[in-house]
Formats: sequence, C-alpha cells, structure tokens
Amino acid sequence: MKITSHAFKANAHAAMGNRTLRGALERMETGGFSAARVAAVARLPEFDELRDRAVEIKNHTLAHLDFYLERFEREVLAQGGQVHWCATAREARETILSLCRKADAKTATKGKSMVAEEIALNPFLEQNGIAPIETDLGEYVIQLADQPPSHIIVPAVHLNKEQIADLFLKHHAQYGKTERLTEAQALVGEAREIMRQKYIDADVGITGANFLIAETGTTIIATNEGNGDLTQMLPKMHIVISSIEKVLPTLEDACTLLRLLARSATGQESTVYTTFSTGPKRPGDLDGPDEYHVVLLDNGRSGMLGTELQDALRCIRCGACLNDCPVYRSVGGHAYGWVYPGPIGAAIDPLFIGLEEAADLPGASSFCGKCEEVCPMRIPLPNIMRYWREQAFEREVTPLSQRAGITVWAWFAKRPALYRRAAGIAVAALALLAGRKGRLRRVPFAEGWTAFRDLPAPEGRTFAQQWRAQARKRAS
Amino acid sequence: MSTGEHIFARIRAGLGRGPLSAETVAQLESRIAAHAPNLIPARSRVPEAERLALFEQMAEEVGTTFAHAASYADVPAALLAYLCEHGLPEQLRMSPDAALGRIPWNVEPGLQIARGRAEPADLVGVTPCFAAVAETGTLVLVSSGERPATLNFMPDTHVVILAASDVFGTSEDAFAKLRAAHPGGPFMPRTVNFVTGPSRTADIELTIVRGAHGPRRLHVIVVRDSGAPP
Repeated sequence: MKITSHAFKANAHAAMGNRTLRGALERMETGGFSAARVAAVARLPEFDELRDRAVEIKNHTLAHLDFYLERFEREVLAQGGQVHWCATAREARETILSLCRKADAKTATKGKSMVAEEIALNPFLEQNGIAPIETDLGEYVIQLADQPPSHIIVPAVHLNKEQIADLFLKHHAQYGKTERLTEAQALVGEAREIMRQKYIDADVGITGANFLIAETGTTIIATNEGNGDLTQMLPKMHIVISSIEKVLPTLEDACTLLRLLARSATGQESTVYTTFSTGPKRPGDLDGPDEYHVVLLDNGRSGMLGTELQDALRCIRCGACLNDCPVYRSVGGHAYGWVYPGPIGAAIDPLFIGLEEAADLPGASSFCGKCEEVCPMRIPLPNIMRYWREQAFEREVTPLSQRAGITVWAWFAKRPALYRRAAGIAVAALALLAGRKGRLRRVPFAEGWTAFRDLPAPEGRTFAQQWRAQARKRAS
Repeated sequence: MSTGEHIFARIRAGLGRGPLSAETVAQLESRIAAHAPNLIPARSRVPEAERLALFEQMAEEVGTTFAHAASYADVPAALLAYLCEHGLPEQLRMSPDAALGRIPWNVEPGLQIARGRAEPADLVGVTPCFAAVAETGTLVLVSSGERPATLNFMPDTHVVILAASDVFGTSEDAFAKLRAAHPGGPFMPRTVNFVTGPSRTADIELTIVRGAHGPRRLHVIVVRDSGAPP
C-alpha cells in the first residue's frame, strides 16, 4: 500500500470531515466491540490473572525465541511440511511467489493476514500474473474497493452498507448478479455464493497465523467466517505466512492466550473457528492440502529484542487498543497511513517504515492510557510512544519549531522560580487579553487549537498558585 | 550462513547472549514435555453432572441448537425430525466413520446417506465429534481418513453426533484426550477444528450475519447413553 503516514495531520483533518467515516466510527462506539469486551471480561473473573500468565508465557518465549523457533521448524519438517525463513518483506514475497509458481498457480485464495498486508503481497502477486483472492468478507470488500484495511479485525469497518452494495453491483455483474442488494444478510449470501467456486478453483491457499506451536509444529488461526478453513483445505498447497514472534511453547499455552484473544477483540467467549493445522494431508485423508509451507518473517522483529520495543512483540493483534483509543475513534484507521493503525501502529510502524515517515503517529496520543489498560498482553503502549517521541527529538526528526518550543520550555522548567513567575505573567496576560468574554479567539503559537475553537482563558492564577492556596487553607 | 541461522544470530544478539547452554535447553525441553496447563477458569470446573448443561448453555448462546437421543439407536429418528422441522433435504453426506457406520440408519429408510468428503452440492453434513468443551460451548473435531474436515465447513447445515461422555470442562482437557490417544508419539491430526456456533461475520456495519462461508446451521445430537454403538 502507498504509505501516507508522513501526512498524518492532513489525513486526520480530512478524516474528521468525512461524514461516511464519522457514521462508521459512531457505529463502532455505540454497537461496537468495546462494550462487548467489557461485558465479556466481566463474565470471566480470572481475566486479569490470565493476562499476567499470558505475559509470563510470552516473555518466557521471547527470551528463548531461538530455541522455540528451531523446535517449531523441526516439528513442521517431521510432519512433512516445510519452513521458509525470510529476513525481509521482499524475501517473503519472493518465497511465496516461487511456491505459487511451483504449484503452477493462476489464483490463490487468501485468509485474512496482517503480515501479508505488511509485506504488500497482493500487488506483488498480481504483477507476477497470479490473482490473489481475499476470502474474508471484509478483506474481499476492500479488495473490490482497492483500499487498505482500516482496522486489524474488521478491515472494512469504514465502509457502510450502501457503499458495499454499490461495490457488489459493480463487480458482481460478471457473475450475472445485477440486482442491487442492500440488506447485510443478502450481501453476505451473494459473496458466499461467488466465493465457493473460487475456493475450489484456487491452486494455492494462503492464510496467516495467530499462533505457532513449537511442541507440535502446529499453526493456529482464529476466525469467525470459516473462510480461512476453506482456503487451506481445498487447494493442493497451503502456505502459512507468519512472523517469528507468534510462536508459543505448547498447546496449553495457546489455550491461555486464546482465552484473551476473542474476548479482547470482539467480546466473544471464543471465535467461531479455531483451527490447528499440522502438516499436509496424511495418508488415507480424503481432503486437505498435498503441500504445507510455513513462511516465517523477521522483518526487523529480532532487532526489537533487548530494546524498549521488545514488549510490543507480545501483541496478539486483537485490536482492543484501536477500539478504545480516542484518536482512532476520531480519525479511523486510514489516517495512520500504513498497515497497523491505532496505538499499536504508533508503537511499531516507525520500526517498519522509518521514524521520518511515521514520526507523527506516536504523537497522535493524548496519553490517556486507555490502550495499555485494555491491552490483554499489558504492552506499555504510551511508554513506547514516549520512547519514539524522544527518539524523534534526539534524531532531529521533530520539526524545528517544536524543538525550539520544547527547548525554551525545558529552560524554564529547570528553573522553578523563574518558571512560576513566567507562568504567572502568561496567565495574567491571557486573562487580560480575553477580557470579559473569558475566551480567546486567537493565540500566537497555538493556532492548531484556536483555528477550530476558542481557548477558554485562565482565570488569573496559575495552577501552582492555586495549589499553594489550597494547601494553606487545609493547613489552617 | 542460511537466512534461518542469520535470524537466530540476530535474535541472540538482541537478547545479549550466545547459544543456550545445554542445561537451559534441557529445562526448556522439559517445560514442553510437561505441557502443564496454566490457569484454569473456575467456570469450567463444574461437577460432571452439570457439565453437559453448561456446554449446552454456552453453545446455545452462539446459535448452536440441540436434540437429545437416549442411545445411538435413537439418532436416526432425531436426525430425521430435525431435517423435517427445518424443511431440509433428507440426502446427507456423512463422515465414513466406523462408529457412525454402526448406527442403525436403516430404521429411517427416508434418509439417503452418502459417505465421504464434502462435495459442493452437499447441503447437509453429518459428523462425529471427538470432544466438547463446556467452558465455551465448543465442539472439538479432528481430521482423519474417516473424518474429512471439509464436512465441517462446506455443507449449509452441519449436524454433529456427540456422546455426552465426551463433554469436558476445558480445551486443555480435550487436548489431554488427544495426547492420551497417541501416547509418546505425534498426536496432532492434520486438522483440529474448534467450532463454537455457526459461521458468522460482522464485516458489514458490525451487523452479525450467520452463514458467512461455513455452515449457517450447527445442530448437535447429544447421545446420553454413549455405550458403544450397536
């Protein structure tokens, strides 16, 4: 996808003026996953304890990542599958292409995979004469719309029923479907019917993985539609694309993390389907793929180990931090300008696309801390964003005006007496300027605020002055 | 150096250590060998007598329907009743499973049974069930030559024959049963499907619609007296 993270501010402005998007974001807020998550968590008294256990499991695994990946590879080989190690996105794309060519593939069905988005697999396969077919309904819709996903779990959440109806009318005429459907049930039914033949015709099925099990060489996907299953069982080759941090030691460890995943993502007790795939078709099996390949991608993740970013490798891609983020809820996913939106995107996108490109994303936070509060894996997302902000300042990525402002502020902040006096003068000046209205229409250096709303003027005393007065009152 | 070794080297560099000591490797091997369950939610630890009820309650919440048969001999009538009630065809595709084969299907001559993997035209699939999980209302289906996984996904209606004695508390219990069936050797079938309700999607305006790509209906016939089929 075209990276537009550098234009985050402009993207966000445009997004906030987009009525269709506003409608979609309001739907998320009223009928969405956030409230469902709260209800699901309330039903499981052990939820917080399970989070602690899950953090321990994942930290243990990351500390011994080389061991668990080697074991995983050995088990996949023992079951007749193959493992392909890829250091970069480019290597992963080329590996998948050569596997598709080996299968003499014209079409490849695809289950939902964020890693496939990360490596920009679809355009690459298309350029090389292989048609990728997204089978998850949301992914299928955005493929028709030629758009990137706007959410990790519900990629087409930014589109409404009318837009989807138009897309289906336009693209389904080739299948003899010329009626414009408008009910969700009917739209789903039509997509289901069209997709059936595509599963059967596909030469290769590509899925992602939520977890990899070192003990057994198993890959796991958690889905609701069943598309990931039809994708992997009907073609003659199943390719799993996964990143290296998804490995877990045992099935029992997966059971613990699965208790967190669906609850945090959609508020479900469990996804409808959780599928454990181990190797290709066995002797005597009547179905299943003849070949089973696992493409394991690093793409910079190994470089996160031992740094401030290591905790982000615990992420299970549930999307809870998006659903509860006031910034995501205001601007949607596309404004972030790359594959992973929301707080987790702000934490990891700079690593993948460069801090110069993504510097505004860690800034797109009020540090309310809600993302860390809802994260089932207790990833300290605000701290990681703070780390990137510091990096941006140190590497001089932050614009000069901001850097100068921070430098001036820091000079005063290190001199408390002076700071208090300067603040007192500023507060009094603002109060004077505001006059009786008590509001300021324009403030120098704060146009970002006053372009859209008035600044309520201070009432004449600084915070420090009021604090001291209150303390005196309490003491007397 | 191969790409894999290169990645391992970077992992070790990041973690600030060299290859693991033999002692650590042994510890990690034994952690896997122990495959100990972690925290088990209290909800799943109900007395055996209440386990089936919890399973049915959790599964009904997500749209699974139930019928009950006193023994395997009563399954054909229960299946026919379900098909009639929903106006479904009496042709069905069934797993070529030896135990299912011993059910006296001929007591209901209306049922036309084909055995094998699912074909695109099949509207009703009937499969056995390896285990069920009360905690979440989940069916655990395992693939084999007798149990093709396509039957769990392709037909519009999926009917599952479940022995009441195969209902467990947790998914950990279901894996314990799987491990016990293959002591000491590889125990994972090609596919293990956890199925919790009929297929669904919320991709259009977050409206939940059933029957996205998998079955629209999921019906379980629970066999109470699960002695061996006649």
